[in-house]
Amino acid sequence: MSELPGDLRYTDEHEWLRQEEDGSVTIGITDHAQMALGDLVYVELPEVGQEMEPGGEMAVVESVKAASDVYAPIGGEVTAINEELSDDPEKINADPYGDGWIVRMQPSGDSETMSPGEYQTFLDGLED
Amino acid sequence: MGLQTPLYEQHEKAGAKIVDFGGWDMPLHYGSQLEEHLVVRQEAGAFDVSHMTVVDVAGQQARVFLQRLLANDVARLKDEGKALYSAMLNHDGGVVDDLITYYLGPDRYRVVVNASTREKDLAWIGEQSAGFDVAIAERSELAMIAVQGPKARERAATVIDEAWRKKALALKSFHGLEADELFIARTGYTGEDGWEVVMPADQAACYWDAFVDAGIRPCGLGARDTLRLEAGMNLYGNDMSETVSPLEAGLGWTIAWEPSDRDFVGRDPLEAMRANKERQRFAGLLLEGKGILRDHMRVVVDGVGIGEITSGGFSPTLRRSIAMARIPAGDYDRAQVEVRNKLLDVRVVKMPFVRNGQAQIDL
Repeated sequence: MSELPGDLRYTDEHEWLRQEEDGSVTIGITDHAQMALGDLVYVELPEVGQEMEPGGEMAVVESVKAASDVYAPIGGEVTAINEELSDDPEKINADPYGDGWIVRMQPSGDSETMSPGEYQTFLDGLED
Repeated sequence: MGLQTPLYEQHEKAGAKIVDFGGWDMPLHYGSQLEEHLVVRQEAGAFDVSHMTVVDVAGQQARVFLQRLLANDVARLKDEGKALYSAMLNHDGGVVDDLITYYLGPDRYRVVVNASTREKDLAWIGEQSAGFDVAIAERSELAMIAVQGPKARERAATVIDEAWRKKALALKSFHGLEADELFIARTGYTGEDGWEVVMPADQAACYWDAFVDAGIRPCGLGARDTLRLEAGMNLYGNDMSETVSPLEAGLGWTIAWEPSDRDFVGRDPLEAMRANKERQRFAGLLLEGKGILRDHMRVVVDGVGIGEITSGGFSPTLRRSIAMARIPAGDYDRAQVEVRNKLLDVRVVKMPFVRNGQAQIDL
């Protein structure tokens, strides 16, 4: 399994968050998540401007196997969505921490996240 | 840990993601299901189908027994090696399993049934054979590899003993050939040309490696499922079951009604269902927009009634979602499917969706 990028925060729902300089937060799913899902074939995205409750349904990622909800790890307003995913959902498989980003939000509160080390420990625990 | 085929080590070495399938540890994919799917449509892929159950039926009454056991008529098998697809019905006209029967030679047939239904099939076949002069032998010492795709036969042929190569390549569609320790048949479950090769289990790894070296790429059950869905081929347990008649599973074409005095198991209830014009249809669905149709989703036909998707998913060839569904009787070509609390428009289409690499429906 690949290294976890050190500049990201992680959740126990296998999402990652990147703090951007303008105060917004970019969100995607982790390499572990995309591997477990298998090839992605469809992504349903929220609307720009939509207000998200923490834990609310933010996106749906569908793989060859099944559909999975992606929950908002923080509350806030959606400021951007990765529209390229609607034609090319496989970007999430190919580059989960880069081109496969899903949503950018202006957060309205804090979130409970893990450091890369904590998330790795969490992953190791799942594999036992 | 589940049952393992003789190719389990090959799968592990190739980095397969292993999943349980009917009690067997089988490869789901070797990295990317989508890539494996497209390789079969465009070139050649190899599938381990050794979990399937091979049963040989031999004896003076082998033919009359199979004519009683199966809804299709093995009397149609005139040439040696010819194959026949059939449903095996219960006394209510429901489907115990679907299978392929090969006519190996006078008084000798080979039947290949599903892995997940092995025990009940063997019990049912045994029970039905009472009073017939036949010997029924499960051939669990055999393995099976399917090589599928437009380049599959030509590449696999390089692995076959030279003495048999020409004959193997000359096989017509739905015909098989006993070639020393091998049985080679031009059949499959993908909608592409190719062979299914039955071999002694202890030689399976050797043949698998040779097929791979010849340019045939390992493909898992994931791609096998999307390929067969595009090809409009039923999956037992999804598209048919013991409580569904072949008439409601798109298998009417496999029922040999003539001769009318052939008394196959399930015939009487099936005749009654045949007369019922209100029985459900089995059809393909094509999602008009974005989204994915999944097994068991509700199909809504405005003003007509409700149906259900039996197999649904993403078609890598069409880049759209497709499904097989049991839907109400009637003449219509539009419907809707309830996808995650939304009604999405679908077109009702005739299957297959894809055959020999080509889309068979207009998008």
